[in-house]
Amino acid sequence: MIPLLLILIPVVSAILTFFLKNGNAAKNWALIASTATLIVGLYALCPVCKLEFDATWLPLLGSRFSLSLDGLSKMLVLLTAISFPVVFASTYNNEYKQSNAFYGLMLLTQAGLMGVFLASDCLLFYFFWELALIPVYFLCSIWGGEKRIAVTFKFFVYTFVGSLLMLIGILYLYFQTPDHSFAIKSFYALKLSASQQNLAFWLFFIAFAIKMPIFPLHTWQPDAYEQSPTAVTMILSGVMVKMGIYAVIRWLIPIFPSATVKYADIIIIASVIGMIYASLIAIKQDDVKRLVAYSSIAHIGLMSAVLFSLKTIGWNGVMIQMFNHGINVIGLWIVADAIEQKLGTRKFSELGGLAQKAPVLAILLVVLAFANVALPLTNAFVGEFLMFNGLFQYNFWIAGVAGISIILGAVYTLNMVQKIFYGQTVPATQNALEIKGNVQFVLIILVLVIIGFGVYPQPMIDLTKHIHP
Amino acid sequence: MNNLVFLVPLFPLIGFLINGLGRKSLAKQAIGAIGSASILASFVVSIILFLQVKSSGAIIANYFNFIDVASLKIPFAFQIDQLSSLFLLIITGIGFLIHLYSTAYMTDEEAPHYARYFAYLNLFVFSMLLLVMGGNYVIMFIGWEGVGLCSYLLIGFWFKNDAYNYAAKKAFIMNRIGDLGFLLAVFWLINKLGTVTYGEVFANIGKLSHQDITIITALLFVGAMGKSAQLPLYTWLPDAMAGPTPVSALIHAATMVTAGIYMVSRSNLLYTLAPATQGFIAIIGLATALFAATIALKQNDIKKVLAYSTVSQLGYMFLGLGVGAYTGAVFHVMTHAFFKALLFLGAGSVIHAMHHEQDIRKMGGLKKYLPITNITFLLGCLAIAGVPPFSGFFSKDEILAAAYEKNPILYFLGVAGALMTTFYMFRLYAMTFLGKFRGTHEQEHHLHESPSAMTIPLTVLAILAVVGGFIGIPEVFAKDSHWLESFLAPVFAGSKALTEQKVSSHSTELMMMGVVTGLVLVTIAITWNKFSKYEATTTEETGLGKVLENKWYIDELYNAIVVNPLDALAGFFKNVIEKSGIDGIVNGVGTFINYSSRQLRLIQSGQVGAYILMMVLSMLGILLLWINDSTIVHFLHKIF
Repeated sequence: MIPLLLILIPVVSAILTFFLKNGNAAKNWALIASTATLIVGLYALCPVCKLEFDATWLPLLGSRFSLSLDGLSKMLVLLTAISFPVVFASTYNNEYKQSNAFYGLMLLTQAGLMGVFLASDCLLFYFFWELALIPVYFLCSIWGGEKRIAVTFKFFVYTFVGSLLMLIGILYLYFQTPDHSFAIKSFYALKLSASQQNLAFWLFFIAFAIKMPIFPLHTWQPDAYEQSPTAVTMILSGVMVKMGIYAVIRWLIPIFPSATVKYADIIIIASVIGMIYASLIAIKQDDVKRLVAYSSIAHIGLMSAVLFSLKTIGWNGVMIQMFNHGINVIGLWIVADAIEQKLGTRKFSELGGLAQKAPVLAILLVVLAFANVALPLTNAFVGEFLMFNGLFQYNFWIAGVAGISIILGAVYTLNMVQKIFYGQTVPATQNALEIKGNVQFVLIILVLVIIGFGVYPQPMIDLTKHIHP
Repeated sequence: MNNLVFLVPLFPLIGFLINGLGRKSLAKQAIGAIGSASILASFVVSIILFLQVKSSGAIIANYFNFIDVASLKIPFAFQIDQLSSLFLLIITGIGFLIHLYSTAYMTDEEAPHYARYFAYLNLFVFSMLLLVMGGNYVIMFIGWEGVGLCSYLLIGFWFKNDAYNYAAKKAFIMNRIGDLGFLLAVFWLINKLGTVTYGEVFANIGKLSHQDITIITALLFVGAMGKSAQLPLYTWLPDAMAGPTPVSALIHAATMVTAGIYMVSRSNLLYTLAPATQGFIAIIGLATALFAATIALKQNDIKKVLAYSTVSQLGYMFLGLGVGAYTGAVFHVMTHAFFKALLFLGAGSVIHAMHHEQDIRKMGGLKKYLPITNITFLLGCLAIAGVPPFSGFFSKDEILAAAYEKNPILYFLGVAGALMTTFYMFRLYAMTFLGKFRGTHEQEHHLHESPSAMTIPLTVLAILAVVGGFIGIPEVFAKDSHWLESFLAPVFAGSKALTEQKVSSHSTELMMMGVVTGLVLVTIAITWNKFSKYEATTTEETGLGKVLENKWYIDELYNAIVVNPLDALAGFFKNVIEKSGIDGIVNGVGTFINYSSRQLRLIQSGQVGAYILMMVLSMLGILLLWINDSTIVHFLHKIF
């Protein structure tokens, strides 16, 4: 039942949200519903519970509504479950027109995400993949910034092309299964020839690569992050990009082992180029949101490179990092949002000296910033350490070049801290106040998670050891 | 005794938390007391541990598994042996004196900033302790990056000043370049041996090929270059003088910058097996020692002279490591910690008295106003110049003697550097304390000796700078008189067994000592005479003097060959490739966007809520109600 609840609670509460009045009612309801999901999510961590669910769905097609939770799924379910209440609480002060629709769509996205991380039937997986994406198109295009329509369109074109290719791929595999089934077991059992693999691999890979994104398929992302309402951006970058990484681990590599080996080199090289490329662009940004966006692309680039290097130790790192990157990047967006809401600008050239006015925010951002550069004793260190180990085992030089991003990461992250917080105050920050209590509270929790898992990461590492198959 | 080990880093951590969280509510006296007392408590425990190690050898304390994956176990463990217990004493002992000094030096800060200062300083000591106590390379790396963080925070302590912020950022980034080398070395070790624990690495060293060892040691040394400010990664250290002066004394002279020497000494067995890396270290060390000394000759900022002097002295330590004189290098770390901390704190006392003036051309004659600072500073200068029997004489001599055995050229160049050291230090001393006062009348009116919280640490350090060398008296004077060597012997035993002992005759050694001492004394006399009569001039430096005054234009060079090209490349990526390259393809449908956006706006003006609800319900329809899916199956069979 637990896997089903993780999807059902957000779906049902989403539908109810649409019938609520606008304003605080919808806000509070979303917060309560997502907290309930979080409690179930935490309960799902228990080692002895029954974590599978199976029911008839589309019998003639050979697709079943089957869900299951292993260590990998748990990691991402936990991330999804934590993220939504954190996002709702930290953006509680933001007002949205038609807020019932806004929160309803958000909860629907959560249901989709949960489904993606739980489904063990490929058609069901596809269904949830779309369920997670479609609400986001509306969230961006209705509540986004000035350029929202053009940006949503770009986002839509990219992801829709990806989804379409994936659907073709799924159907192709479906017709290869002897018993015409979408079950993950049937897909894993497929004996595809090399040439079949080589073709179908790309159908899936492109969809996942766009979602992650892997260079050069990333250009939808900075725009989408910049133009979406911050609450949506947090989900997009904190949780949704993990769909691509998760799918590579869960579906792509086990189904196409030989094609993976064949194309690993080129994907790793593209990922590493993307890391350096995105890091350098991040250095030149004048906008907090775009800086965090490119920083995130660089981090995801490392994860995808490590994924395709196919080393166990690296994969442990990727799985830990999926969670930690989510926590850290959401923290950074909370700070970015607090600054924008408070000061009306996100441009470094219009900011400065904020540490004098908002010391608590400054301290919290400094912790987040150093987590972003994976300083030891923050959560990101262990993940990056294991990932680089994996990449190193694959190839010394690739690890060395990818390592340059460690240095560049320090450059843009410290630039950001300096330009926002240090120096003399400027007109925009002259009368700034400290951040509100609810934002402080959420950020402090995130910081405690960052340091807690930084000092004692073993529970996370243990989760990564339980993946089937 | 194992159960005491964790107390050493715990006290500073508690101090950090109390001062950090209580920065708005605590009074300044309480803040200073908590900050200093936490280090004093660590010092006391360190002494106990030191005695324990001395009597019964190394202590290993395992706490929990930091990382445990299938192929790799990294425990959170501490190792207290002769080497680390010595560093513990230096870090907590000098650390305490500098905390005490800071209570007076930073007294002009408002309470919250005062608390922030002590919190950072405590956090630094905590990280530095992790660095030297760690039982494996990963725990060392945690401390290694931790001290980098604290250095960043403290250099930029006065964060309203953007120049200081740049200096802080530069320090962190240059350190990160080195850290990458360190990390790659750790990965190499893990890949080849599957462990990073010191004991296991050294026990399994036979499994490493010669090439492996050379690469690992070289990569580790890249880390040392960053942290210990060696060529070419040294330029952050002089800029780091932006931080408060006690910070310069603690972090950028006595402790953090010696982390590289600690790391190489800790890995001495690896280095002894990698003669190519050792040769490289000797050359880099000597080159840094000389290069930084030339710059120090022409600097006029009291702290900058000391900063370049530190870079230069660190170079000597690496020269020692490079020629296999591990004990000598550690010895010099210790004596240098005494006299350089003393000199920096003395400089702080001067800056305090001069109301933040740091230009020695505007000082002079401070001897009569600052009697304690004057005498202690002079003792520090004698120690660093290597005048017998002050501490610097013994440690520097040990390094130079080992260099001589390796190659006399190293020795003669080293002596040349020592004479430059003597010159710039006595130039600094004479221009500051001797002659006539060259500052404003108002400054002169306010000149005063510093309070006792500052002069007590100066006095204690001065005593140590004078007598600290006696723990390592060379064999030429008395047999078995080198206490430090026998104390550290277990740490360096493996390396010693691998190297053949060449001993030059005692008479040669005595003669060399005599000649060098004579040259140093002559240099002191000349410098004293020349700069005590210094008059302010307006003539600009020309030729080589100008090049030295501008630090060989190295910062400009780095900007031209690294920073600016990278910046241009980043700009090209951002403005050309990202905008028109990749996006151009996607925006091929650009005209379409205008059209469709207009369409979308029409939809959007309607009832959004109802519209979305419709979508949701239809999706749910697919999910729940579409039981009869035969049409779809039929349809799909047609396509495929």
